[in-house]
Amino acid sequence: MGSDPLFSHGITLAVFLIVIVKVIVAFAVLLVSVLLMIWFERKLISDMQNRIGPNRAGPFGILQTLADGTKLFFKEDLIPDSADRTVFKLAPFLSVVPAFLVFSIVPIGGMVHIFGHTTELQVADPPMGILFMLVMSSISVYGVTLAGWSSGSKYPLLGSVRATAQMISYEAAMGLAIASVVLITGSLSTRDIVTSQVGTFLGFIPKWNLIRLGIVPFLVFLVAITAEMNRPPFDLAEAESELVGGFHTEYSSLRFALFYLAEFMNTVTMSAIIVTLFFGGASGPVLFGPSWIWPILWFLIKTGAFLFFYVWVRAALPRLRYDQLMTLGWKILIPVALAWFLIIAAMQVSSYLGFGVFILVLISGGLLSRASGVGDLSDPFRLGRSRSAGTKGVE
Amino acid sequence: MIDLLAVQTSMPDLITFLIAGCAVILGALGVILMKNPVHSALSMVMTLFAVAVLFIEQDAQFLAAVQVIVYAGAIVVLFLFVIMLLGVDKQENLAKDQLRGQRPLAFLAVLVIFVEILALSNGNWTSGAKATVLSTSSPGSNIVQLAQSIFTTYLLPFEATSVLLIIAVVGAVVLVRRSDLKPGRDPGEAIDLDSESGIK
Repeated sequence: MGSDPLFSHGITLAVFLIVIVKVIVAFAVLLVSVLLMIWFERKLISDMQNRIGPNRAGPFGILQTLADGTKLFFKEDLIPDSADRTVFKLAPFLSVVPAFLVFSIVPIGGMVHIFGHTTELQVADPPMGILFMLVMSSISVYGVTLAGWSSGSKYPLLGSVRATAQMISYEAAMGLAIASVVLITGSLSTRDIVTSQVGTFLGFIPKWNLIRLGIVPFLVFLVAITAEMNRPPFDLAEAESELVGGFHTEYSSLRFALFYLAEFMNTVTMSAIIVTLFFGGASGPVLFGPSWIWPILWFLIKTGAFLFFYVWVRAALPRLRYDQLMTLGWKILIPVALAWFLIIAAMQVSSYLGFGVFILVLISGGLLSRASGVGDLSDPFRLGRSRSAGTKGVE
Repeated sequence: MIDLLAVQTSMPDLITFLIAGCAVILGALGVILMKNPVHSALSMVMTLFAVAVLFIEQDAQFLAAVQVIVYAGAIVVLFLFVIMLLGVDKQENLAKDQLRGQRPLAFLAVLVIFVEILALSNGNWTSGAKATVLSTSSPGSNIVQLAQSIFTTYLLPFEATSVLLIIAVVGAVVLVRRSDLKPGRDPGEAIDLDSESGIK
């Protein structure tokens, strides 16, 4: 299993126990971080909207999520008559299990020494590395799709069809952004991606992929991953004003809690993945004290910053319309990610070729966008252009 | 009778192989035996996923990832998408064949393929033992080896396949658009299956 030095001397009982402990710790850390994240999100949005927010359970209402979870646990578990019972019960698990598993490849710290063994602070470091995240995100599509279909009701079905189209569309852009990172690292392993970002340019600019790749793959990845998670402003799958509750309308009690858990777990995990891919992951300067604790601290600080960003986006941005969503995904993100990928590939060969391809991409991109925008001069990216007859009156 | 102990198989490999192999067969049976198309599609996901597990068991991690991303993640999702959009998720009448003589021909085809596989296997039985063709000494080596064989030895078939796929895509677009090309209508509308008006 991967390049973890833990397994270099064969698998003994101690190694086995260390792996078990790592799995349990990762599981617990993720659950606790989700509890805190839900509280953090509600509290922060309340602050941004000039409300107080949850303030009853525990200090600053920090135990609110626990109280809500307990309440959901004791609620009646409803299954609609027209539902497909097996699939209806299966769907929440298809959402929540991938959300858990993705976290296993995130390096949350450097190397540590326990009981005479050296190990990486991550559950698994498989050679397929970051591809594992793509695998899990393609499995989690099923959770949403099947939840909507098996409910046997029209709003969930509409929500899940939207969500499926959205997740498949944005997976391509996400994959291309990841491919740029893999190209410059030369390895799929998340550990290698982090170690390749150690160091600085000119002594003070960190050698993050954010800077090494230009800012474009990061922006593409950020937008694509937000759409992939169905978080605002891409939460069309559960647009309350149109679809009641979206794909989980018919779900109640613990099954609803699982979807909720999966959504917030994805937020935490994907923030961690962004940090790993573009912001140096668990690397950073050691200031004082024990050296093993600083990578974990840097990791927490960077991930926390992205969690704050996600809450901020939720509070600030309105939801996209469906045609805008598809236009953004197919006509902007994928071409831009593909073009930038070509430029990075050329840069790997030589900087002359890189700049040559850059100029070529600019010219051909300009020509293409001009060609597709013929007769539609007011809006070159066709963002505001309504594609379906039904919504034409809105403009 | 296959003598499993005769081949060099470690215990974890054998257990993984047996479980994943059973899942492959169960999923394949589910595809043809389930009455509901969505259940059939899900059984297919089970088969594809179990094949991915078999790949991992053979240390072919990249293939496993691609197997799940492409087949389970994109193709079967599209199947489901179409089933949901077209509303064919009801039990079909299986009493009469769509094409005349469909079933005997299908059995014949299965028989031919089965005999062919038996002939090709030539007494080599899969048992979960690791393949020895590729060396897996250094991490990531199977990705490097795959890339080298695709972009050197098999470059022409690889490129030809991609051209073939593009032709298929263009063909599908042409077929869909032709029926709706009426004057005075936005030609882009015809292929806009994703928009909300398409669902309603």
